[in-house]
Amino acid sequence: MIHAKQTPMREQPAAERVHNFNEVPLGYSPDEAVQEAERCLQCPHEPCVKGCPVGIDIPKFIEHVKNREFGQAISVIKTDNSLPAVCGRVCPQENQCQGVCTLAGRFEPVAIGRLERFCADWEAENETRYANIEPDTGKRIAVIGAGPAGLTVAGEMRRRGHSVTIFELLHVAGGVLMYGIPEFRLPKHIVQREISALCEMGVEVKVNKVIGRTQTVQDLLDGDYDSVFIGTGAGLPRFLGVPGESLNGVFSANEFLTRTNLMKAYRFPEYDTPIKVGKRVVTVGGGNVAMDSSRTALRLGAKESFIVYRRSEDELPARGEEVHHAKEEGIQFQLLTNPIEFIGENGNLRAIRCIKMELGEPDDSGRRRPVPIEGSEFEIEAETVVIAIGNGPHPLIPQSTPNLDLNRWGSIVADPETGLTSIPGVYAGGDIVTGAATVIEAMGAGKRAAVAMHAFLAEK
Amino acid sequence: MYKILTKRTLGPGIREYVIEAPDIARVGKAGQFIVLRLHEKGERIPLTIVNVDPETGGVTLVIQEVGKSTREMGEQFHEGDSILDFAGPLGEATEIENYGTVVCVGGGVGIAPLYPIVRALKAAGNTVIGIIGYRSRDLMFYEEEFASSCDELIIMTNDGSYGKQGFVSDPLKQILESGRKIDRVWSIGPAIMMKVCADITRPFAVPTIVSLNSVMIDGTGMCGGCRVNVGGVAKFACVDGPEFDGHQVDFDLLMLRQGYYHDEESCSMDAYMAKQAEGVEK
Repeated sequence: MIHAKQTPMREQPAAERVHNFNEVPLGYSPDEAVQEAERCLQCPHEPCVKGCPVGIDIPKFIEHVKNREFGQAISVIKTDNSLPAVCGRVCPQENQCQGVCTLAGRFEPVAIGRLERFCADWEAENETRYANIEPDTGKRIAVIGAGPAGLTVAGEMRRRGHSVTIFELLHVAGGVLMYGIPEFRLPKHIVQREISALCEMGVEVKVNKVIGRTQTVQDLLDGDYDSVFIGTGAGLPRFLGVPGESLNGVFSANEFLTRTNLMKAYRFPEYDTPIKVGKRVVTVGGGNVAMDSSRTALRLGAKESFIVYRRSEDELPARGEEVHHAKEEGIQFQLLTNPIEFIGENGNLRAIRCIKMELGEPDDSGRRRPVPIEGSEFEIEAETVVIAIGNGPHPLIPQSTPNLDLNRWGSIVADPETGLTSIPGVYAGGDIVTGAATVIEAMGAGKRAAVAMHAFLAEK
Repeated sequence: MYKILTKRTLGPGIREYVIEAPDIARVGKAGQFIVLRLHEKGERIPLTIVNVDPETGGVTLVIQEVGKSTREMGEQFHEGDSILDFAGPLGEATEIENYGTVVCVGGGVGIAPLYPIVRALKAAGNTVIGIIGYRSRDLMFYEEEFASSCDELIIMTNDGSYGKQGFVSDPLKQILESGRKIDRVWSIGPAIMMKVCADITRPFAVPTIVSLNSVMIDGTGMCGGCRVNVGGVAKFACVDGPEFDGHQVDFDLLMLRQGYYHDEESCSMDAYMAKQAEGVEK
């Protein structure tokens, strides 16, 4: 007899958590994990494994959890995933492993993400399991960017016995896991724990390194390194291009989240970096970054926090769980609405002029195109607006690497199977190739690139 | 960690630091900047490069103690100490060519980043007229450095305690009105000074380069906080600049944006002062 529903995970109550930055879901106890693991049917055709961008042997690790062999469970996960505590928290499982779970449809799918998180957290509290490291090959690789793609390549290549150095532009490793995703969704000590584990495997992390300036990709190849991986992400914020966008109080989501997460502005003045949040905050966009921004605004003291999104609820690109949490916390959704002007007073934002939208014919993305409804303009008063409509490729490496083929958006052209770029020995993956996507897709790209880089180094 | 090789006090609240960062010292150029962070709780501070020495690996910076972080640096960070983070070089370098006759106008702490530009322009064969201005004599620094690099040097003080009394814009205007052929102007200093200089050169159609110090976090194109309106287009000072065509810059907007965190800056300074006072009592 299978429970139709997932074993619930305890959470901080919404009314309480909007006043702190502590993590929202609190994790499974061992008994809860075992109870959830017992729901797995151990299907021989393993749809979940095919649904996982890094191909974790999900039935096998769940079987270990069911038998209370938690150490073995995390070992199975770590064979394919260097950042399980991160993925267990931020992967869009409903579209991946859980979306194709045999139970899904009739019942709720097995809560694979929660079980992954449980195993990773269990490891942190109990015993560290290291991936086996092959003997030294004498080959050296450079990884540019310490985000999800770069960290994955580093772990995978180190495991294969190569010497790995990561160059990171910011003062800490982690990329979007550190500057973008908020503390209440992904505690920063957990990210650092995963990075420490890589360092213990022998990966060298160099922060404050502006590759493209102090050294070019070619310098790295001509110097100490046999191969280079570029994982510099989609860091360039997009703006709407409407009047008033440079008013004080208008932030890119990158700035709003970086101040808060990376620089810990929510602890100002103990930390030196400030942030300003009005009573009414509007976030423009419908993705995970928009949900993160609107929920962050509440925690920074906003009385009301709105999402303004130009399509309808069905098209919201954010994970279901993020939308659910946002609604629980009282985020107000102003759907089928688009900003057309920011209105200021003495240089500071006072209101946002919006227009109502309706859905027309499907566009290139297959989604129905939002069309403005003439004469439906109205104003929303707000002192703060956060623009969360996506990011373009970080320009530093593309601009400083002359032989690197780019597409018309400035992203690096790389083979989808191998990550190989137009320069022999240089691989790329993650958002710098695909444009803004998910953590796990970047990790999948990193994993595929590592396989290809390993083969390349073996022949070299 | 990045070691402080030397520290020199140039005037009240004005310090010159040489920080050990060999990879930046090897490639850093006039016009570019670095971002530093003093300690774990520190903010990322963008500072324009004043000099690089590939031999010693030193990067020279000049700070003026205007906010909490610069004050903390000036008071607490000494020769032999280390600062936690130091990254660069960031931004685009100054376009150095032989333009002919150029005027380089510097005000206050902006005189420091102007110095490497003056030297590079001189080395490129330009006739360099320097105009540097200070509030008063006790705040003066780099007089000798400018005197030895400029073909002509005019020093202004607002209170007349040294050189000529007035603003740097006064001699700039006189030079242009005298009919002398000026091929290009650099103006680095407070936003209002750069605005006034750009307004003076505009009717003479002399290309005028300014270096913008807008509020930024990462300094690498990621936050967009430093966006400035240049010719009606939003540009990022960190990656598109920091130098721009002064005739195209919306300085009023820049000044509004620079003032956005005024209250927080005071709050931060008060907290720092209170902490220092507490330390003294103990």
